[in-house]
Amino acid sequence: MSIAPLTLPGMAILASLASALIALGSGRAPWLMRGLCLPLLALAGVLAAGAGVGVLNTGGAALTSLPLGLPGHPWMIALDRLSGLFMLLIGLVVIAVSVYAPGYLREYEHGEDSLPALGFFSGVFIAAMMAVVLAADAFGFMVCWELMSLSSYFLVAFQHQHSANRRAAFLYLLMAHIGGLSILLGYAVLASHGGGLGFEAMRDAALTPAWATLAFALAFLGFGMKAGLVPVHAWLPEAHPVAPSHISALMSGVMLKVAVYGFVRFCFDLLGNIQTSWGVTVLVVGAVSALLGVLLALMQTDLKRMLAYSSVENVGIIFIGLGLSMVFAASGAPTLAALALVAALFHSLNHALFKGLMFLGAGSVIHATHQRNMEQLGGLLRRMPWTGLFVLFGALALSSLPPLNGFASEWLTFQAALQAWSLHNGLLRSLIPITAAMLALTGALAAACFVRAYGISFLGLARGKSARKARETGWGMRAALGLLAVLCLLLGVLPTPVIQWIEGIPRELLGTGLPHATQHGWLWLTPVSPATASYAPLWLALGLALAWGLTALLLRRGAVRKITRGNAWDCGFGTRNARTQYTATAFSQPFGRVFGMLFQVDAGLREDEGGGTPRYLSQVSDHFWGWLYAPVARATLLGGRLASHLQSGHLRHYLGWTLATLLLLLWMIS
Amino acid sequence: MNEQVTGYWLATLLQPLVLLLAAPLLVGWIKRIKSRLQNRRGPAVMQPLRDLRKLFAKQPVVAKTASPLFRAAPYVVFASTLLAVTSVPLWSIWLPSTTVADVIVLVGLLGLGRFFLALAGMDVGTAFGGMGSSREMLVSALAEPAMLMAVFTLAMSAHSTNLSSIVAFNLDAGVVLRPSYLFALLGLILVAIAETGRIPVDNPATHLELTMIHEAMILEYSGRHLALMEWAAQLKLALYGLLIANLFFPWGLAERFTPLEGLGALALVGGKLLLLGALLAVAETTLAKMRLFRAPQFLNLAFLLTLLGLLSNVILESGL
Repeated sequence: MSIAPLTLPGMAILASLASALIALGSGRAPWLMRGLCLPLLALAGVLAAGAGVGVLNTGGAALTSLPLGLPGHPWMIALDRLSGLFMLLIGLVVIAVSVYAPGYLREYEHGEDSLPALGFFSGVFIAAMMAVVLAADAFGFMVCWELMSLSSYFLVAFQHQHSANRRAAFLYLLMAHIGGLSILLGYAVLASHGGGLGFEAMRDAALTPAWATLAFALAFLGFGMKAGLVPVHAWLPEAHPVAPSHISALMSGVMLKVAVYGFVRFCFDLLGNIQTSWGVTVLVVGAVSALLGVLLALMQTDLKRMLAYSSVENVGIIFIGLGLSMVFAASGAPTLAALALVAALFHSLNHALFKGLMFLGAGSVIHATHQRNMEQLGGLLRRMPWTGLFVLFGALALSSLPPLNGFASEWLTFQAALQAWSLHNGLLRSLIPITAAMLALTGALAAACFVRAYGISFLGLARGKSARKARETGWGMRAALGLLAVLCLLLGVLPTPVIQWIEGIPRELLGTGLPHATQHGWLWLTPVSPATASYAPLWLALGLALAWGLTALLLRRGAVRKITRGNAWDCGFGTRNARTQYTATAFSQPFGRVFGMLFQVDAGLREDEGGGTPRYLSQVSDHFWGWLYAPVARATLLGGRLASHLQSGHLRHYLGWTLATLLLLLWMIS
Repeated sequence: MNEQVTGYWLATLLQPLVLLLAAPLLVGWIKRIKSRLQNRRGPAVMQPLRDLRKLFAKQPVVAKTASPLFRAAPYVVFASTLLAVTSVPLWSIWLPSTTVADVIVLVGLLGLGRFFLALAGMDVGTAFGGMGSSREMLVSALAEPAMLMAVFTLAMSAHSTNLSSIVAFNLDAGVVLRPSYLFALLGLILVAIAETGRIPVDNPATHLELTMIHEAMILEYSGRHLALMEWAAQLKLALYGLLIANLFFPWGLAERFTPLEGLGALALVGGKLLLLGALLAVAETTLAKMRLFRAPQFLNLAFLLTLLGLLSNVILESGL
């Protein structure tokens, strides 16, 4: 049986739209949500993942026009390898989320929050993300992009009774629209030179270097805003945490990747002729995002906020890979450009999986304890063993430790950076090692960040009443975590099949793949050549298991097998309770001291207004609020105040202004 | 040729066993020299091995509040460190295990061990454990990038991240004074001191509450768990010694692995490690431990040195 390549993704989009429509009825009948909407979403996920795998395996871009859109400008959709990878990524996370959601949404069924709204916008959000990836003309792309932004705005504003959530949602909407406008202008540059809105026409556009740079700058700003690059990241840690956790998983795991997709599509596919200066810009911005993201993540005490900042870090790592790829492509080293692009795309897939896992895990913690603050958690591994185990996998992957998938993609990025010696430009040769150093620092700090997050929330003694009463979540929520954890391990241990799939993308975009990537068979990853570097993650994992097993086996014998349980030793201090433990703030305090110049730390004694006990509070905030956002906001307000002078309240003044404008326009046209 | 391959595999399989025995002896040697320098007699060189045997024979006591992770962590730490030492050339230049795990994976394996070590420190819920974990992660967050930069300098010269290839390249090149190697060597020595918890960053002999880092994390361990943790720490010290000795001074490693050549190479490497150990003992006797917040400056110096090494490598020495 043969199906047209676009049937599967089309059905996936229809299934999620159907789920959205059915969800409207779940106000009266909550079972509709669990019985029909979420299974439909799962189906959509399976279809999308299947479509992605299919096209990655066989290749082939199918271009079809839809009976939608403007007269004379039908919407075009196409599925090539690049779209296929992101369909797979969306599909996998959507499957996990829809297995997770029934258990998680149970408490919303009787609350005051509107279940139909949540279901409707989730369905539209997922459908829009899939449609963005499929779109093959700028008009359809922008409509779906805006649909994605708007539906996720309603999801961020879902619990709008809290003013902080409304503020976050507004900030998100504002940034999404500035970004959207920038992307639109970028497409406009291409469309005006290529003579059409279709991607086919844009590919043929002949741009002068200046126009191309302008288009690149607009696209980088627009997509970078959505992806959460520093300094336009400020909306992300505000908006992602306030949505329900399974939606946060979608936003952080998937929507940021859709922005990465947009950037790759725009720069590598449509724009082409990459210039070195673009690559350098992307590389530097990526490195700064990675480092600042992880440092700010390390200072957070709110679980979901910490994860959101960690997304900034990982998007930074992805853009380091993309920047390297652009630098290599501009310097005439297409194989190395392919390597860096594969590393970036592989990290996108990996980050979707482990960040999805971590946000769902944080959701489970919140579900069990109603607490997002790490300082109130503790000891959850003993109360929620399965959740704890799966989240541990996510934490290991996020800290890029072998043999998990995060390490595999970071290893590839390092391998690409280590080929810098082959460049002829001395400046680039020294810039790339500096970014590699920042990447290394980022990885080490990420490990510290997740030791802290995991150690404080899952280990030790329970710090609050709610954590003491935590109970393991239902099987569906655990199964979703388990699925993602197993995928993280699988991609880490067997990266070669996936890399062979991804390798088709640079072959389509840059003309070369990685000819030596699997020269020694599917067990060995040899990105440049076997003599340069090789990594056999499966052997490594087996070696670890063997060493562990043998040691345990040898120690299992003899009279000392049994262990006794006793009180903790603690150097003989007897007064130990949950409050004498190290706290999350204490854990990160030395880091704040060492890296203090990179963010703002306000710490000091605060007297309570009610005359209660004074408290020592410390608060960490971004420098960029003061440097970038506050001045822009002040300037906008000032502009508004100046413009309000026009508003005199007299009709004749307004008529006068209208006349003046008309005259001005006439003068401009003539 | 076939015989040769068998020889390489033999070298790989025997190497961890040899190091398991040699690492405690190296620690005993350092303690011995240190004692002599301080006009004490000091314990016998065999003492760390005897301590391990004693610990393995004791029944472990685990805190009531410990989670399963607490009991699994020593095995993970031990296994990852063992795998890490298996992928550094000890006596034979060509090791099959270096193609499984290159130098970035080696750093990753050490990171994996450290991750579990720090988690184990936080598991029981004592103040000391958390303090140790926090400080360990701070020190390693600054030391790990410096270490990567140091090995990247070598990798950039050899155009390979495979440790066997790097060693072979350095042997081929002969005695060439490269400024980048000098920077990398100095940086790596500083990193090794910090990562293995030696003076002036940490003091392996202390149980003074407020100054300890490594000891604070394993405070709650006893019996075989403690033995595994201690053994892993000793292996790590040997590993850094090997890296310094065999990457920068690779002379004497067996080109093709026959029993005779292997033993000869082992004797030479042993000599290099004993010399390094003696130097460490001298340094530890003459230096005083730093305050914790001095340690970042120490490590920043290491980072800066290794970064300078890498930059001077790509700017001055890149093969143009």
